[in-house]
Amino acid sequence: MAITSGAQRQAFHLNMLFNDARYRARTIQVIAFCILVLAAGWLIDNTVRNLAALGKDFSFGFLWSTAGYDIAPHSIDYSSASTHARAALVGLLNTLIVAAMACVTATILGVFAGVLRLSNNWIVARLMTVYVESFRNIPALLWIIVVAAMSESMPAPSAFRGEHPQASMLFFDSIAVTNRGIYLPVPDFARSLGQLPAALGSLDVNYVAICALLVLAFLAHRTVLRHAERVQSVSGERPSTWWKSLCIFVLLLFGLLYALGFHFDYPALKGLNFTGGLQLRNAFIALWIGLSVYTGAFIAEIVRSGILAISRGQSEAAHALGLTPARTMRLVILPQALRIIIPPMISQFLNITKNTSLGLAVGYMDLRSTLGGITINQTGRELEGMLLMMLIYVSISLAISGVMNVYNGRARLKER
Amino acid sequence: MNMHNISWVRQDIVAPSPRPPGQGGVMDWVRKNLFNGWVSSLLTVASVMAIAWGVMAIAPWLGNSVWHAGSLSECRQILDGAPGACWGVIRDRWTQLLFGFYPTALYWRPMLAFVLLFAALAPILFRGLPQRALWFSAVYPGLAFWLIWGGSLWLPVSIYLGFAVATGLFSIAVRSGVGLAATAAIVGAALWWLYATPALVEIATDTAPILLVPVTSRELGGFLLSIVIGVSGIALSLPLGILLALGRRSGLPLIRMLSVTFIEFIRGVPLITLLFTASLLLNYFLPPGTSFDLILRVVIMVTLFASAYMAEVIRGGLAALPRGQYEAAGALGLDYWKAQRLVILPQALKISIPGIVNSFIGLFKDTTLVMFIGLLDPIALAAAIRANTNWQGIYWELFIFIGAVFFVFCFGMSRYSQYLEQRLRTDHRWEECA
Repeated sequence: MAITSGAQRQAFHLNMLFNDARYRARTIQVIAFCILVLAAGWLIDNTVRNLAALGKDFSFGFLWSTAGYDIAPHSIDYSSASTHARAALVGLLNTLIVAAMACVTATILGVFAGVLRLSNNWIVARLMTVYVESFRNIPALLWIIVVAAMSESMPAPSAFRGEHPQASMLFFDSIAVTNRGIYLPVPDFARSLGQLPAALGSLDVNYVAICALLVLAFLAHRTVLRHAERVQSVSGERPSTWWKSLCIFVLLLFGLLYALGFHFDYPALKGLNFTGGLQLRNAFIALWIGLSVYTGAFIAEIVRSGILAISRGQSEAAHALGLTPARTMRLVILPQALRIIIPPMISQFLNITKNTSLGLAVGYMDLRSTLGGITINQTGRELEGMLLMMLIYVSISLAISGVMNVYNGRARLKER
Repeated sequence: MNMHNISWVRQDIVAPSPRPPGQGGVMDWVRKNLFNGWVSSLLTVASVMAIAWGVMAIAPWLGNSVWHAGSLSECRQILDGAPGACWGVIRDRWTQLLFGFYPTALYWRPMLAFVLLFAALAPILFRGLPQRALWFSAVYPGLAFWLIWGGSLWLPVSIYLGFAVATGLFSIAVRSGVGLAATAAIVGAALWWLYATPALVEIATDTAPILLVPVTSRELGGFLLSIVIGVSGIALSLPLGILLALGRRSGLPLIRMLSVTFIEFIRGVPLITLLFTASLLLNYFLPPGTSFDLILRVVIMVTLFASAYMAEVIRGGLAALPRGQYEAAGALGLDYWKAQRLVILPQALKISIPGIVNSFIGLFKDTTLVMFIGLLDPIALAAAIRANTNWQGIYWELFIFIGAVFFVFCFGMSRYSQYLEQRLRTDHRWEECA
């Protein structure tokens, strides 16, 4: 189709690519694309030439060769005869375990500190301010190393020995805090249901049974609530439900635990060291506690600002409606404050996950120390190993931000 | 109407009565602020016990401080079994914690650079200084580089000349379009730095040798290193972050996609992995045989890392601006860059000040991670000091010193951001009522 308009048949000259709004957007993008392709080509060409000069190729085959090193806490079956891929998986699980634990404790700590910082109690508010300011303004790495130094200055297991030991176990001889870590009692089952082989190891059927039971109890609890609601809508009287729900949970859980022969396996001093129970190693404790107290200070500030952001009018309106203070909190303040609190909180969880890589300073065997550390050093596959590790970290963080986006979408104010 | 005739109207002023007993005074304050209900009382008791426990644990240790000792065993001899802090280590090694292995005779150079830093920052941070002072801020990076690393003065001068070349080319070519002019400026400066700079430095150094004793990057350490990396990262990541934020909100799909990919990738990986990339992998990506300074690599990586976070903070500020501002700028006939520079960014940056300063603080704290790739930051130096037989087994004194210095810097920055927020508050918002 021929363009007939005289104004548009104006002779095309090069400057129009930059000065004419019709072309400029495309020009800029074409230039950006060319630069991108050139830069990528340059990088790839360099990499290929450097690899060739070193006599290396680019392959992930090393993942299936024998790792040949031990990983101290491993949550799935692992030995030095396992493959590098499995070592990386063990490292990833260690990363996720310490991240999840630190997220839980940091949240608890942060919520308490944030709420208490708003308290009318002068001394508690001051104390929490000191906590938040001092932990926020000093690097996480320093806190991790400080906790590591603290746990190493605990008494040695030998101090627990003898008629008059220098150190004693806490909580009725159940927890031992030593310089080799903390020993905790661990649940055990006399009439165990055994293990179930699963994709990456084995699954303890006992815990599966307990989880299933808890789901069942929760469903029963929902039924009780729904029944109470029906009675209320008919008669106007709401039957009290809390004791029924409590009975359901307690009876079912205790029944199952009794049937399984539930008991605790306590740590005991045998020879030079404690045996039995669960050993939390110093590296794990340092990373876990260090990250918790550090991130807890940030979460405290998030919680505080979230609560402060709800205007007084909201609670006054709720009171005017005749809601009790507890219901005001649950039905009016919290739903609004949570909308403000949760997104930055999730990004703090993301920070915790990434900061677990600081475990390097105390020798915690996380993803970075296994795949990005020993495996790389042994196989000399820096490029592949680092790329794979970055990919895993990015996937974790994209998964967490995906959850956050879903939440944001659901919690957004429904505007007209 | 004569009020004096009305019997129920009082004729004289009532004398103020004393306040009811128990109101006001210390006891009342204590009751209201410390023992207001049983929860509050419980918290007070718990806090007092915690403080007392902390003081009891630390007071004897601090009270017996030993300042004059050359080794930990000497400290223990002086203390004779009593608990006590051995600050002798700080007295002995504080210069090392501050400067690393920088030559002792040349300490004045980083000190001078540090003092001049404040002179350079003053016109940016505070109002009421002449605009001409900004020229010193522009010259400062080159001057600080020369002072800290030494060598020929002509190297930074010739790098600055590259900027002059770029500006010159831009002003010549600007008549034939901004895009062409910018391209010409960038290419011209790059060519200048690649080809003209080495020759120029050689010639100028031969004719007029203005030299300082060169110091290698290996010798830099301690808080000097933290501040060098932190300050350059902060200064470089802000403009880069602004560009990325604008790119993420750009109408051009390719630019937006690139910005999003970059930001999400950088935010998704820990800084440590980027630092290891800088130390292990960069040699793969560069032409065979190139190698450049480790500190420079770290600064680049830290800048890229911080700029992604900065971009997200600034994007928040951009999103918070009402649409009307964009439309008004367009209605005034401003083009994209003018609208951003004169209308959008001043407001968006003001909104994002707390977030920007938080990123700065995070960046400064993250400089400690360089210990993992073999640079001597304060924490790595603490380990190095412990490796010496004199100071084997000393922890807390070093940690307290390092923590205190970091606290002073970071707390200072957060206080400054609060001051800035107050200063820039131009709207008449309701004061938050407690």
